[in-house]
Amino acid sequence: MSTMIKMVRSFAAVAAVAVSAPAFAAGNAPHIERHQWSFAGPFGTFDRGQLQRGFKVYREVCASCHGLRQVAFRSLAQDGGPSFSEEEAKQIASEYTVIDGPNEDGDMYERPAILADKFPSPFPNEQAARASNGGAYPPDFSLLAKARAAHRGFPWFVFDAFTQYQEQGADYIYELLISYPDEAPECLGEDFSGNFNPKFLGGSITAEACAHEHLTGGEIGMAAPLFDELVEYTDGTPMTVDHYAKDVAAFMMWAAEPHLEERKKIGFRVMVFLIFFAGMLYFTKKKLWRNVDH
Amino acid sequence: MAGHSNYVPQSAAAKWLESRLPVISLMRGSFVDFPTPKNLNYWWTFGGILFFVLIAQIITGIVLVMHYTPSTTAAFDSVEHIMRDVNFGWMLRYLHANGASMFFIAVYIHIFRGLYYGSYKAPREISWILGVIIFLIMMGTGFMGYVLPWGQMSFWGATVITNLFSAIPLVGEEIRTWLWGGFAVDNPTLNRFFSLHYLLPFMIFGVVILHVWAFHTTGNNNPSGVQPKTQQDTVPFHPYYTIKDLFAIVVFMILFAWFVFYVPNYMGHPDNYIEANPLVTPAHIVPEWYFLPFYAILRAVPDKLGGVVAMFGAIAVLFVVPWLDTSKVRSGTYRPLFKQFFWIFAAVCLALGYLGAMPAEGWYVTFSRIFTVYYFAHFLIILPMLGFLEKPRPLPASISEAVLKSGSGTPAGAAAAPETK
Repeated sequence: MSTMIKMVRSFAAVAAVAVSAPAFAAGNAPHIERHQWSFAGPFGTFDRGQLQRGFKVYREVCASCHGLRQVAFRSLAQDGGPSFSEEEAKQIASEYTVIDGPNEDGDMYERPAILADKFPSPFPNEQAARASNGGAYPPDFSLLAKARAAHRGFPWFVFDAFTQYQEQGADYIYELLISYPDEAPECLGEDFSGNFNPKFLGGSITAEACAHEHLTGGEIGMAAPLFDELVEYTDGTPMTVDHYAKDVAAFMMWAAEPHLEERKKIGFRVMVFLIFFAGMLYFTKKKLWRNVDH
Repeated sequence: MAGHSNYVPQSAAAKWLESRLPVISLMRGSFVDFPTPKNLNYWWTFGGILFFVLIAQIITGIVLVMHYTPSTTAAFDSVEHIMRDVNFGWMLRYLHANGASMFFIAVYIHIFRGLYYGSYKAPREISWILGVIIFLIMMGTGFMGYVLPWGQMSFWGATVITNLFSAIPLVGEEIRTWLWGGFAVDNPTLNRFFSLHYLLPFMIFGVVILHVWAFHTTGNNNPSGVQPKTQQDTVPFHPYYTIKDLFAIVVFMILFAWFVFYVPNYMGHPDNYIEANPLVTPAHIVPEWYFLPFYAILRAVPDKLGGVVAMFGAIAVLFVVPWLDTSKVRSGTYRPLFKQFFWIFAAVCLALGYLGAMPAEGWYVTFSRIFTVYYFAHFLIILPMLGFLEKPRPLPASISEAVLKSGSGTPAGAAAAPETK
């Protein structure tokens, strides 16, 4: 009995700390692997080159449909980000047009963006975005890397707290982008004209013929956006879908969490201080209590 | 409280103040000279930890309010403004969001400690009831705070929970409309939740004072459950417990910092980084983790009103625990049967928490029902019966005896050897 109690007790101790509420994706939930990222772990930092490449992919491919409305141009030049120089960031901003006003005549007018502006969205509103995209709504990129995560399940979500797994969003975006098949599964039928992605979390497969195929994912509004050689890299990085996907996912993680580096850096100092302080308090406490039976 | 202090004001200023408002002797009597059982283990430090978390939540909350905009059109963006533009805004928000989870981790440990050591038993019933009231206000505060960022889970969580009130017969619909301030969760709802979310922590603070006042009147319970008999059984609160509590608080801060700085979104739901959209329902609406056991109980009952009654009943039953437990022995240490049922109960609560996160279908529902029945059976059947069926182990004559027995490790012929904690 006592071993059982001990087991229950240790389980309770672990679980009390680590219980979370993972979303449950029913049925055909895709499995997303955990990948290597420079920004993972307690000392993680963004790879500047990767963020700059990812930004290039975003600007040349994704930006025609996906906004980045929470991100200001100035942050492109701030610490812990892609680290463009201020001149480069100004140049990038000036290539975008934003609406300002009203002017003295009461009219709104267009002007080139400045560092203080945020990225203008490609569509004025959701309806316009849907109208241009066959009814699908391309989500804004500002927070997407924190707004998506595959269901982890017990016991993995417990381990995630200890192994500091916070890159589910980047992993998902990366796998989604590299997983477009050349052809949709046959069981979907000849009539299927949409885009199929086996990693799409929002997808579902209702075709009866697919019932025993163990397919995951489903139909997605976005056609495969990346192809080899699509975006020109000038730093020697291979120009493949795999690299594009990884770079843009890293860029999106930065866009969603621009203070990640600062957070981890301060976190380490806080940890060192707290552990040292706790140690001193422990010995002080021990000394104080040494003459008390307790 | 003040009676425990033998403080005599020395300086003229202290004499002047003491003769008008004896606040110095009150504080000394309560937190310096206060005689505290010398055998309190680390489970007793969670009261101090909770006080620390409450203050931390109030301070970070007040600063967050300086930058937050309570409006359906601006709330989500103002949170992002805090995260991106406000100096150390990301730290404030992560401290506050994870602080809520830390608050509930600590309060659950605190409650289970009370259940194990019989801290609710006479003469501490009022302390216990005030504690349950604090727990209830905490739940309200946590729920309303989660609505404020106006993400998808904020909106849909608020919708699900406020809809529960419509299950009340006759006036349910009206109450729901009254809570919403309209005919759906909307701007008036967000504004009143914000107002109440700012108010309730100060109410918690007030009830905490009563809670402390009550158990400082009866004296602390302790792991042996035996009342202190002589001065040898107690030590003054300061420096003995100030240093022990401080050490525990700093260790707890390490856990807190781990979440804030390394896995700040672990306790949250990714959907809450999507702005609230009344037209898009998330695939699975799940509350914050600390509500999951109660959420499982709610969904275990096939009838809506029945589910609501069961959920609130699961908390209401805590109020009467002092009278449901019929055992004369306070501490679980000396109750061999109770001890086993206690751990089974703890496991059942964890299982309910897990089931609350799962969809309400298939085996998940079956197990939710079994564990819900067990949850109530623990309080309504097992606790009352144990008092009659169980043969408790002999109690130590005093705290000092209990300490010496466990300290030596060899209870040589002792009738009572409490488990070393």
